Amino acid sequence: MKTLPIALSALLIALFFLSLSIGPEPISLWRSMLDLWRGEETIQAVILSEIRLPRALIGVFAGATLGLCGAAMQGLLRNPLASPGLVGSSSGAALFAICFLYFYSGTTGTLLLPAAGMAGALGATVLVYALAGSQASITTLILAGVAINALATALMSLLLNLAPSPYAVRELVLWTLGDLSDRSMQDFWLMLGPTLVGWAMLIGIGNKLSALTLGEETASTLGINTNQLRWRVFIAVALAVGSCVATTGMIGFIGLAIPHMLRPLVSHDPARLLPASALGGATMLLAADIVVRLVPTDSPLKVGVVTALVGAPFFLHLVLRSRREYL
Amino acid sequence: MSLLSCQKTSVERGGRAVVSDISLDIQAGQLIGLIGPNGAGKSTLLRALAGVCKTSSGEVELLGQAIETYSPAQRAQKLAWLAQSGPINWPLSVERLIALGRTPHQSAWQKSTSTDQNVIERVLTETDCQSLRHRDATSLSGGERARVLLARALVSEPSLLLADEPVAALDLAHQLQTMELLRRYAQGEQSCLVVMHDLSLAARYCDQLILMDEGKMVASGTCNEVLTVETLRTVYGVEAEIGTGDIPWVLPKHLL
Repeated sequence: MKTLPIALSALLIALFFLSLSIGPEPISLWRSMLDLWRGEETIQAVILSEIRLPRALIGVFAGATLGLCGAAMQGLLRNPLASPGLVGSSSGAALFAICFLYFYSGTTGTLLLPAAGMAGALGATVLVYALAGSQASITTLILAGVAINALATALMSLLLNLAPSPYAVRELVLWTLGDLSDRSMQDFWLMLGPTLVGWAMLIGIGNKLSALTLGEETASTLGINTNQLRWRVFIAVALAVGSCVATTGMIGFIGLAIPHMLRPLVSHDPARLLPASALGGATMLLAADIVVRLVPTDSPLKVGVVTALVGAPFFLHLVLRSRREYL
Repeated sequence: MSLLSCQKTSVERGGRAVVSDISLDIQAGQLIGLIGPNGAGKSTLLRALAGVCKTSSGEVELLGQAIETYSPAQRAQKLAWLAQSGPINWPLSVERLIALGRTPHQSAWQKSTSTDQNVIERVLTETDCQSLRHRDATSLSGGERARVLLARALVSEPSLLLADEPVAALDLAHQLQTMELLRRYAQGEQSCLVVMHDLSLAARYCDQLILMDEGKMVASGTCNEVLTVETLRTVYGVEAEIGTGDIPWVLPKHLL
């Protein structure tokens, strides 16, 4: 029962150090850590602490957030196709961040970019909730989410369409692809606060999500305030995913595929799926970010592209498997 | 001791009173059958008493206190509701699914205690679900599923169990087994309010019957008082023969 979290943790730690030791500049991980420890500002120490460490840390926290929030959303909506972005948090964050890049491109407001992303995520989530109403059925909520996502995507296209130069278009598009490179420790610290608040809000919801297996009505007779639970999950997802998207751009498929992949390994229990998916998400994003750096391409590969490329065949596999089950 | 009582309770749906002016008082140690034709408002009354749907008027009291004064968790420890056809959304094992019924007795962090485990084992045996315990709960047949969901409600150890047609999908043996189980459960401090359609089973096992029609309570009292040829004619529109004896029975003969 405990083997899965332990195995995933071990894999995650191994990938973390692998991620630190990979880059265009060949440095000795051991030497640079030693230099850092002694406080010597050698080039290898700076590369480690200013370039590779933030990249790996953001990978761990963003991946864990996507996995955790995906599992929470799937548990809440009892739908294996729910993703963290379903209630608009990803596209809302991306829209606001792109708006920011579009209107303030070049200004040194790094602090404002994550703030804009968070505002977008929260705004979109509240809008979805207001649109659906507090007593909404799951289907109404999903429809409201689809509508807001479509609107955000349309507005992003409009911004791209009206972008003043091809260079600006390229910058905006690349940003939406999802990337962990060239991030600083400052980016990491900015992302960390709201992310941890979101995680903290999700602590202790496991049993409630498990009880939801019996449906919202029965869960309410088991002493669960289902309305409050919805709000809690939505706001937590908006905070955590919003800050991640504002820092890394849109990274798809992790929030959808990781809970799906791990569910059979935790006996389909929504409570046990939460920590497993957090570990799994972090592992997958770190692995994808390592692949990005190992594959030689002319223009640098974006990690969001890799996760999507891995995710799509995985879903094909699920389709084929479920076809066999029903035959 | 009164476990649950309601005064002039009404429930409206779409502007229409589905349940109107129902007053009842469930004493401890009673098995009460709630009967009536389809659409009489039996399930809605049960849902209203369970707090699943809102009442438009009337007071509901649980153990002498207004039900609104209980926190959701407190209420869940006293009162369990078994839905007519509740969903099972994930393919959990039967054992895990039944354990969900212990949720009201657990905090967010608590793992199942030995008390939880003992209750679950006992109920697994009582409901004849031992052989199903490792099965995937979504792959069960209708009757097996009904037994498992009943077990889920019973492990909450509620003072009052509100069960919506727990025997409708069961085979003959399991019908008897379930009714005997409910009969044993409804003793001492505990009671059951059971919606059912099989009037013979209702007459045989229930202490009291409540007959509903078109949202109103038509009759209530002992089985002999409620089940008469005359009421079956007016409420169900059926000519029936009623056998009274050690094992009472109701035989519908033809439509009126």
